Amino acid sequence: MDWFPLWNSLRIAAVSSILVFFSGIFLAYYVARLPKTVKGVLDVLLTLPLVLPPTVCGWFLLIIFGLTHPVGIFLQQYGVKFVMTWYGGILASAVVAFPLMYRTARGAFESFDETLAWSGKTLGLSDTYIFWRIRMPVCRQGIIAGMVLSFARALGEYGATSMLIGYIPKQTATISTTVYQLWRTNDEYSAFIWVLVNLGISAVVLLAVNMLEKSSREKRLRR
Amino acid sequence: MTMSVEIHKKLGAFRLDVQFILEGGILGLLGASGSGKSKTLQCIAGIERPDEGYIIINGRTVFDSARHINLPPQKRHVGYLFQNYALFPNMTVEENICCGLHALRDKAQRQQILNQSMEQLQLRGLEKLKPAQLSGGQQQRVALARILVNEPDILLLDEPFSALDSYLKEQLMTELGPLLAGFHKEVIMVTHSRDEAYQLCGELAILNDGHLAGYGPTKKMFENPGTRVGARLTGCKNIVAARKAGPTLVEVPEWGVTLDAGQPVGTNLCAIGIRAHNFSPAQTVNAFSVQILDKIEQPFEWVYKFRYTSQKPGTNLVWWRFAKAKPVVADPPRLGVNEAGILLLYV
Repeated sequence: MDWFPLWNSLRIAAVSSILVFFSGIFLAYYVARLPKTVKGVLDVLLTLPLVLPPTVCGWFLLIIFGLTHPVGIFLQQYGVKFVMTWYGGILASAVVAFPLMYRTARGAFESFDETLAWSGKTLGLSDTYIFWRIRMPVCRQGIIAGMVLSFARALGEYGATSMLIGYIPKQTATISTTVYQLWRTNDEYSAFIWVLVNLGISAVVLLAVNMLEKSSREKRLRR
Repeated sequence: MTMSVEIHKKLGAFRLDVQFILEGGILGLLGASGSGKSKTLQCIAGIERPDEGYIIINGRTVFDSARHINLPPQKRHVGYLFQNYALFPNMTVEENICCGLHALRDKAQRQQILNQSMEQLQLRGLEKLKPAQLSGGQQQRVALARILVNEPDILLLDEPFSALDSYLKEQLMTELGPLLAGFHKEVIMVTHSRDEAYQLCGELAILNDGHLAGYGPTKKMFENPGTRVGARLTGCKNIVAARKAGPTLVEVPEWGVTLDAGQPVGTNLCAIGIRAHNFSPAQTVNAFSVQILDKIEQPFEWVYKFRYTSQKPGTNLVWWRFAKAKPVVADPPRLGVNEAGILLLYV
């Protein structure tokens, strides 16, 4: 049994979650305070990967980073290649998972009581302090939910990933592409094992979400 | 210690134009909701940016549109007590107050000031609690402690009692008075309650639709508000159009009566105000025949609504308010109002 797809899936999901965490929070914070029209346009653009079929996202990624296209050619000069490499999977799953982080974080930021930030400012607290020590902890619920959702989405990503990095055993294979490949080659037994692995991971993620929700509910009740 | 402010700001169809100079003491900003009271405070604190004007606190210019000065809120040294107190819900009482002491590096000194302030504002025993576990009054004291340890040059209070129930409100009002008097710096308090304004503020500015409609010592503003808005916001129930009818006489066409104001009346008089408790059946001055039409019983007072016999049909009833007495008085045939009870209103 080759466990590479598990390791590959986990590292792709972990790295892309971290990327999505910071970019999602950053954009959510700034978009929430833009004028209405700009906000509307940006909102559509940033949420698009959520509603587009992942294969269409993959197509766009190939159009941009494909080895015969300008950006792809440019990056290749510096040895960076997103096509058919494991780290290309980070790009694909980050793009697909991004809207989940962005939207949940933005919802949390928008329900944040701005007078808290104002009172922090009049007390002389720096904007950075207010962001990390007041705004983030107060919005913690939504941000954790966004992280869990985007991690789960990144882990299960198939469409864009298979378009961009394909399936090369021991190089780009992830759990989801492996299941498909094994099914296609009539290896039902191995496919079943990977399905079990997948079920296990999903159960752990859902359990984590439930525990977070429960602890926060108890905290609320204790008030 | 002085503060001078001139603010012009356009917000959609609303225009805020206020200008005042404050020399010590507590200034009340009295206005209905949407009159620009809170916006004025936000401009002073640096949360909102005025389009034009200047804000000078103790000789320090914190904003001046002509000289392109606009200090961030962090550098204005302004203490701002928000309506909902804006305590950080993720921090304990202690941590909240320490946010006001962040500039102090010396730990021992910080602890000492924290202890002093907890003592002064009676917060002992609440150190480790979260804001959500506190009562409204305790929250207000924590917010005040957090602001006062920060040693601001000026204190802004935005409707400090509106989040409290009426019992607690009266108690805290009597406590806040001495506390503010000990602050020895300018205080601006926004309120829509004439009781709060009268009890706590030495000076009163009346704000109407973004403009100052009156400014002066509080007692004087209540005795002689001078404007219809001022009369209404200081609690005058009977405001009616009137015109000059003699050197000291005013004619009220709606009521069909002419009253003696006992003081020179200006030609530009447009209305008069009579506070509901200024009517009296024993008063023979300005006494006219009335009909009582409605009686409202309150815990310690009666509110009678009446019309003058000569009053035009379809016009508002007049309010008369008096303390309950035993035995119950019979409906008086005539009600009078003394000369000082007539407020002359010019705008």
